[in-house]
Order: sequence, then structure tokens, then C-alpha cells
Amino acid sequence: MQPLLKVQALSKSFNLRASLFSRKQFSVLKNISFCLEKGETLAIIGETGSGKSTLAKLLAGAGTADSGQIYLDGNIIEDNGVRDTQCRHIRMIFQDSEASLNPGLTIGDMLDDCLQYNTSLDKETRVEKIKVTLAKVGLLNDHQHYYPHMFSGGQLQRVALARALILDPKVVVLDEALSSLDPSVRAQTVNLLLKLQQETGLSYILITHHLSLVRHISDQLVVLEHGEIVEYGRTEDVFQAPKSRVTQKLFNC
Amino acid sequence: MAKFNLFSEESNKSPLARFWRKFKSNHPAVVGLWLFSAFAVLAAAAPLIAPYGVNQQHSEALLIPPSWHEMGDVRFILGTDDLGRDVLSRLMNGATYTFGLSIVAALLTTVIGVVVGTFAGISRGIRSSFLNHLLDITLSIPSLLLAIIIIAILGPGLMNTVWAIILALLPQFIHSVRNLIVTELNKDYITAFKLDGASNWHILSRGIFPNIYEHIVVIFTMALSTAILDIAALGFLKLGAQPPTTEWGAILAENLGLIYLAPWTVGLPGVLLFLAVLSTNLVGDGLRQVLKARKAD
Repeated sequence: MQPLLKVQALSKSFNLRASLFSRKQFSVLKNISFCLEKGETLAIIGETGSGKSTLAKLLAGAGTADSGQIYLDGNIIEDNGVRDTQCRHIRMIFQDSEASLNPGLTIGDMLDDCLQYNTSLDKETRVEKIKVTLAKVGLLNDHQHYYPHMFSGGQLQRVALARALILDPKVVVLDEALSSLDPSVRAQTVNLLLKLQQETGLSYILITHHLSLVRHISDQLVVLEHGEIVEYGRTEDVFQAPKSRVTQKLFNC
Repeated sequence: MAKFNLFSEESNKSPLARFWRKFKSNHPAVVGLWLFSAFAVLAAAAPLIAPYGVNQQHSEALLIPPSWHEMGDVRFILGTDDLGRDVLSRLMNGATYTFGLSIVAALLTTVIGVVVGTFAGISRGIRSSFLNHLLDITLSIPSLLLAIIIIAILGPGLMNTVWAIILALLPQFIHSVRNLIVTELNKDYITAFKLDGASNWHILSRGIFPNIYEHIVVIFTMALSTAILDIAALGFLKLGAQPPTTEWGAILAENLGLIYLAPWTVGLPGVLLFLAVLSTNLVGDGLRQVLKARKAD
């Protein structure tokens, strides 16, 4: 059986301006490969600047890689920097959910836009779908008439989740999405995520600094250092016996 | 049985409604808005509501002071000038030229500025900098001086003044709009919107414009007050509207020789000019304060 998401030899580098005419290549991700099964969670940890967020952006389609492939369900969705722009099966939740929501649109309008751009559903079906999705993340149907400024931080995270889920994705990328929440709201959100995973078989890619959270919800763990995978395995195994020096350092602090 | 509302209805204030509520609490700005609307109505309806024709002469009533003066005549509320023309009628019609044409000039500038600024904002590289810096050289010259230079080329006249003012106001406008769009484009919600599958047109119309149009209105009011002053100044310098035209600056210039004999013919157009610019600035300032308060939220 082939995995749901397969990332193969993904590399990315940025051009930096070293001086007036010369450019310096700075490689952020080198040869990243991993697999993710349906209904599993993969956590990516690493020091600041190790390329975690860049990887999240590449997976969600907000950036393109220089080389390497991403397969979803056996179909290639990114091949050497060419992205299948129609693919909405990998959705991302941003670190700052308030900044990722358009302040000028109501939640309902925003979700409706998502559906309009990607599906051919008619008006009633869309309304129904929005209602179901909002209920799924624990919001009321009335919330669709609200503007983002009217929500609290935890609710905004739910709105962001609703936006990700409304297109029935297979993978959700959480880029530090839980870090800015206070502990009780974070626990609520984590429970919500786990519940959704059990119900619908979603897969998560979790990018975080929070090690106890990683241990709690992830099945696999990738440790990045300077854009390279230094350790990759089942979460428990890595936590029991961290092999590389970076992992040991991360666990100790 | 009629349903009664046990819980007070919670209204979902849109950003525009919140904007208006904050604006309303700023009283000078609201007064400015009333004055501004009054001028706008006057500019549109002046020929219909003015008591006399613009160039209608009353040879028996030359240089009559305003009606509250003991020498005044109630037929001519604001008096007459040296040709026996009713000052009130001329000033009312002047609103059409000075205020109305300024609005037209500022609106045209807004349309052109927003279109060019948007293209400059969403394009990259050499095309962006070409559009952005298209009229930059004119930024180094004050707008009035620039308008005079353009009129020196086009020749005097009211319509040429309007074109000159549009050209003089454009560079500033393009820069401001471009900066607004570039700032918005770098925000997270635009990236998220792109990932939702929005096309470039959707990003502009649903993502960016709902969030910057208030800023554009503020720039518009600044452009408008400059336009009023410039149109009047050029009329006063006899480069814009020519004397039989009732543009306020031109009326001022025409009657300047009568300033000791009939001060009302010079003072009143000056007061109107002052009020027009004041109301525009009050409204603009009110809008700016609301925007600033909202940024602090």
C-alpha cells in the first residue's frame, strides 16, 4: 500500500544578494524525503532557522521547490518546482490566525469564496456545507455573519481550521498554529484536532517547538537541522533513544 | 402572538459601519461633512436656485452693500458689484466651477491614480518601477507651480486648468496607492487567499480593495483641498477661468480694485474659499483620525 503523502528529495534555495553584482545561493532545504499515512500525524521539529516554515509553505503550495517531488495518493502534485495549482488537498493553518483572515469579509463570505473558487456547488449546497463545517469545528451557524475582529484567539483558530476543512482536504499543515494559544485553549484545540482525525481520517503535519505536544499527538517525527533531516522515525522511538546530537539538545532544553 | 425580543439583537457591525460610528463621534469632522455636502448640493443645483442670472445687470443698483447694511437692498441679499450684478447669484454659481470642477478633477485623478497605482503595485521589476516613477519628476515641483507650467504650454482656460491640476496631483496619488497595495499584498491573509484558489482579480477586488478604500478616500480629500486652492489661485492669477466666468478666484481678481469701495465683493468669495477648503480638510482629518484609531486597535 502506498502512503498518502510522499515527499521525495525536496530542495529549496534562496538567492541572497551578497554585494552589488554577485549573488549568493543559500540553501534552505536539502534533499527532504518522508512519507505520511492516512490518519497519521507527522511532527517536524528543529531549531529556529532550520527550514521548518519553508517546508510547510512548500507543502501547502505557498512556495515552490527547486527540485524534488510531492506525491499525494500516488498522484504527483509538485514536480521540480511545477505545482498543480488546482490541488486543494493539502491545506495550511497559519501561525497568526488573525493575520491570515481578511478583516474586510465576514467568515461566511470567506468560506463561500473558498467553495466558489474550487467547487461547482450551487448556493444552497454551499450554505449547507458552511453550516456543517462550522459545526464540525465547534462554532455556531450564526458565526458566519461575524467579522474576524469579533472573535477571540481560540475562536479564530477554529475559524482558520474551518477554512482549511471546508474543501475536504487530506492533509492539514499546522505551522506553529498552536503556539500562540494559551494552555487551556491549546488543549481544547488539540482535542478538536484529534477528534476530527478519528472521525475523518485526516492527516496532520505539525510544525512546532512544543515537545510534549509532539509526543502527545504525533506518530512520526522529523528533526531538521540546517535544512537536512537528521532524524526520522516513530515518535516514541526517537524520544526513547535520540541518536543525533541536535535531537538530544532539543530534548534537554 | 407577536414575538417579543427577549435578548437584544446583536448587530454585526461591518468595518464600514464601525468606521462611520467612530467618524460620527468626531464633531468637527461631522460639521465639516455637513458643510461639504452643502457645497456639493450648491455646486450641482446653483443655476436652478440662484435668484438672478449670472450676468444679469441691474443698472439702477450699482455697488449696493449687503442687505443688513443700512444702505442695503433686500432684493440683493449680498449686495451687487460695480456692474450691478447680484453677488449672491454669482457666488452660488461659482461653487459649480471652483468646488464642482475640483471634485471632478480629484475624481479623475483618483480613477487614473488607482488604476496606474494598482498596476504598479501588482507588477514587479522594471514595469513596476516604470509605472511607479512615471511622473516622478513632477514631484520635485510644487503643484501650483507645476500647474502654471502646464498652463504655459496648454494656454490659459478653465478646462486646461483642470488638466493641469490632474497632472500635478497624479504622481503623489500613484505613489500612495502603490504603497498601500504593496503593504497589503505582503500580508498573510493574501497568501491564505491565494491558497484558497483566488485569481489575481479576486485578490484585488475581494482581498485588497475592501481593506484600502478608506485610505483612498483620505488621499482623495487631500487631493481635493489642493485642487480647490489651485483652481482658485490660477483663476486669481488670470491663468484659469477668465473674468465673465464666476469662478471664485476669478471673482476675487476681478473685484480687487474695489476692495476699499465695496469690500463685500472681495471678502465674500474669500470667505467661501476658506470654508470650502476648511470643510474638505475637516472631513479628511476626521477620516484620518478614524483610520489611525483603528490601526491602534
